[in-house]
Amino acid sequence: MHSSPELLLEARGIRKSYHKDKIELPILRGIDVGFVTGEMSALVGRSGSGKSTLMHLLATLDQPDSGEVWFDGARIDNQSRARRDHYRNSQIGIIFQFYHLLPELSAIENVLAPAMIRRSVLGYLRDRKSLRLRAEAMLDRVGLLTRSHHQPSEMSGGEMQRVAIARSLMSDPKLLLADEPTGNLDTETGATILSLLRELNREDELTIVMITHDDSIAETADRCYRMCDGLLEDNASDAAKNSRSNSAKLETVAA
Amino acid sequence: MYRLLLCFRYLRTRYIALASIISVTLGVATLIVVNSVMAGFSAEMHERLHGLASDIVIECHASGGMPDPDAHLDEINRIVGDQIAGSSVSVHVPSMLGIDFNGQLITHHVNLVGIDAETYDNVSHFGRYLLHPDNKESVTFDLREDGYEESREGFPHSGWKYRRDHARMEKAWEAERKRIAELSREAARLASGKPQKDSPEMVESDGPTIGFGGPTLGTVVPEGIREEGAGDSPVYFDAETDQYPGIILGIATCSNKSRDAEGNVRDHYYCRPGDDVRLMFPNASDKPKVVNQKFTVVDLYESGMSEYDSTFAFVRLDQLQDFRGMIDPISGTTSVTTIQLKLIEGADLNAVRDALRQRFPPDTYAYSIQTWRDMQGPLLAAVRLETTILNILLFLIIAVAGFGILATFFMIVVEKTRDIGTLKALGASGSGVMSIFLSYGLLLGIVGSGVGLIGGIAFVHNINDIASVIEKITGQEVFDPTVYYFTEIPTILNPFTLAWVMAGAIAIATTASVLPAIRAARMHPVAALRFE
Ligand SMILES: Nc1ncnc2c1ncn2[C@@H]1O[C@H](COP(=O)(O)OP(=O)(O)OP(=O)(O)O)[C@@H](O)[C@H]1O
Ligand SMILES: [Mg+2]
Repeated sequence: MHSSPELLLEARGIRKSYHKDKIELPILRGIDVGFVTGEMSALVGRSGSGKSTLMHLLATLDQPDSGEVWFDGARIDNQSRARRDHYRNSQIGIIFQFYHLLPELSAIENVLAPAMIRRSVLGYLRDRKSLRLRAEAMLDRVGLLTRSHHQPSEMSGGEMQRVAIARSLMSDPKLLLADEPTGNLDTETGATILSLLRELNREDELTIVMITHDDSIAETADRCYRMCDGLLEDNASDAAKNSRSNSAKLETVAA
Repeated sequence: MYRLLLCFRYLRTRYIALASIISVTLGVATLIVVNSVMAGFSAEMHERLHGLASDIVIECHASGGMPDPDAHLDEINRIVGDQIAGSSVSVHVPSMLGIDFNGQLITHHVNLVGIDAETYDNVSHFGRYLLHPDNKESVTFDLREDGYEESREGFPHSGWKYRRDHARMEKAWEAERKRIAELSREAARLASGKPQKDSPEMVESDGPTIGFGGPTLGTVVPEGIREEGAGDSPVYFDAETDQYPGIILGIATCSNKSRDAEGNVRDHYYCRPGDDVRLMFPNASDKPKVVNQKFTVVDLYESGMSEYDSTFAFVRLDQLQDFRGMIDPISGTTSVTTIQLKLIEGADLNAVRDALRQRFPPDTYAYSIQTWRDMQGPLLAAVRLETTILNILLFLIIAVAGFGILATFFMIVVEKTRDIGTLKALGASGSGVMSIFLSYGLLLGIVGSGVGLIGGIAFVHNINDIASVIEKITGQEVFDPTVYYFTEIPTILNPFTLAWVMAGAIAIATTASVLPAIRAARMHPVAALRFE
């Protein structure tokens, strides 16, 4: 198998199991999946089916037992720690079900966090103005410019998730990994978050991989993958539904 | 950048950590206070001991002393002349001081020192500790008219003025006593019709006899004591105009400090400049006899070292040599018991001492050659040991505080697990996360010991006020002047000490944060993100 140029992110034969008291607990049993550049893909499955585990592997937060992760035509899971840190920091954005904002920082500081992590003190101070402008633009984008000096504790769940999205956009990534971004929100708020993601996907051509266990949400995605017992179910109907899909070659293989 | 920002934010929002740093603050403050008081105390002691003792002392243990001090000094100059800034010879002799106080005899063992007033001040501080301002400039053994420290509370009227008044009163008393004795004899004769001895009760009933009671002393003087000087013959000696050889007494040999009902310290003087005292000391012959000699107190000596103030009495070297028979009647060579040397600035005391010891080996000469440090060695070593032990103990306290920080930091790391996961998900490296907590520990250490530093310095600056407040509250004297002779607590703030106390405290706080920081750095990002 060789990487196809249209695939921004690709998982090849990913296996992952946890060991508990010498009992092997296989979570992922050979996942092959590719996410097409510019598409918004959904990953659905029951709770415990290993969706989050897969996402952590795709974000190189964890190492697979076997298999490879390719991003933008290069293998990344076997890269050095520093290279993987840079990948997470600058090339992808991640959002979580529980927002994971830093409670000590205000909204705008949270948005600035990836930029601060990348830079030294001096570097940050030098770029301070432009970074602040960009952070404000990102907050504006998610409609929270007026709340930029609020602490996370002073914001609602939907607002926190929008700050988290602004943060993930800070380094202008090509890919956004979202782990149940609406899982903790009511339907209406969830819908605004989804439409925001949709908009980002459309306007900025941001590739989005979204995990959810809500089928109605999954249906709004360009493509939908279903996970079951550590394997990906073949789901051609979702692929067909995808109007913008130009990757006929895309295969979802059940190992 | 995020590290600094986060660790400042943690500092602002985690009061529990500030609480854990309080022990560091207190430890640092205590260390600073203890060190500066100890330093002040030992500097004061050094200063005084050194000032009193002169750099090198050569003592001869033979009762007759060493003959011909000039030859000795020449020899010393030949050996280590380039190091010597001054020298003085003196005679030290143990003696008994007798003071008449309201008719009672007060005796005191003193170390009688015959000094050459001119050279003695060159080798050790002497004049500056005398009470009379003119004697501070240049010492004489003649009684001054007045002007002793009369402003001092409880210090009696002294000097020639006092002596004259006192002598006049004494004479009047004597006349009165005689008159009464005459009258009572007369009365008795009239009553019994025959002459009768005078009744001692009648004399006693006049109240305590004021002045020097020679007979009282006479009873304790054994046979064979030579009476020297014009002493007890009123025919030749008039206390109103004459004085005996001058003597300068250590202030504690003739006074005592005590506390009145209100707790104020008061001095009581048994004698004062202008009074006569009696001294008994052995002469220098091979079969020593006791010399019994009267002196007139011409000044008092107060160095602040109770050891010195309560044992020394100074007289003129030539007079003491004369009384003790230390001047060879034929050749006129004198003997001394002690040679004191002052060395030039920066001279190596021990080297000079060793050179002199080589020239005067102890197996041949009954000399002891010591530096002032040797003589005060045990005392200085005790103060040093005390300081060291206090420092160790207080640093252990800070180390205990370090364990408090360790525990608090572990708690904070656990509390921040999800944030650590978030940071790693955003691309922060393990070492970056680690440095958040390390710099947090460093910052806490700086804040804690900085506050401790300020508090400690403030305490040291106001230590005497604080001591008096504590005295008021507890009714306990913190710094007892009857014991220490300092009216104020001496302190020295040594910048070097401050620096190493600070550095030590900061190092302990930072070290305590190393383990939690490593734990944070090693935390698996996925485990951290899943942490509830
Ligand atoms: N550290 C671990 N040790 C053992 N088992 C683990 C560990 N972490 C996760 N698992 C197991 O892996 C499985 C997959 O977990 P994962 O979080 O990927 O599921 P999920 O599909 O994201 O579920 P949800 O929809 O509830 O988020 C679960 O059964 C979980 O119990
Ligand atoms: Mg999950």
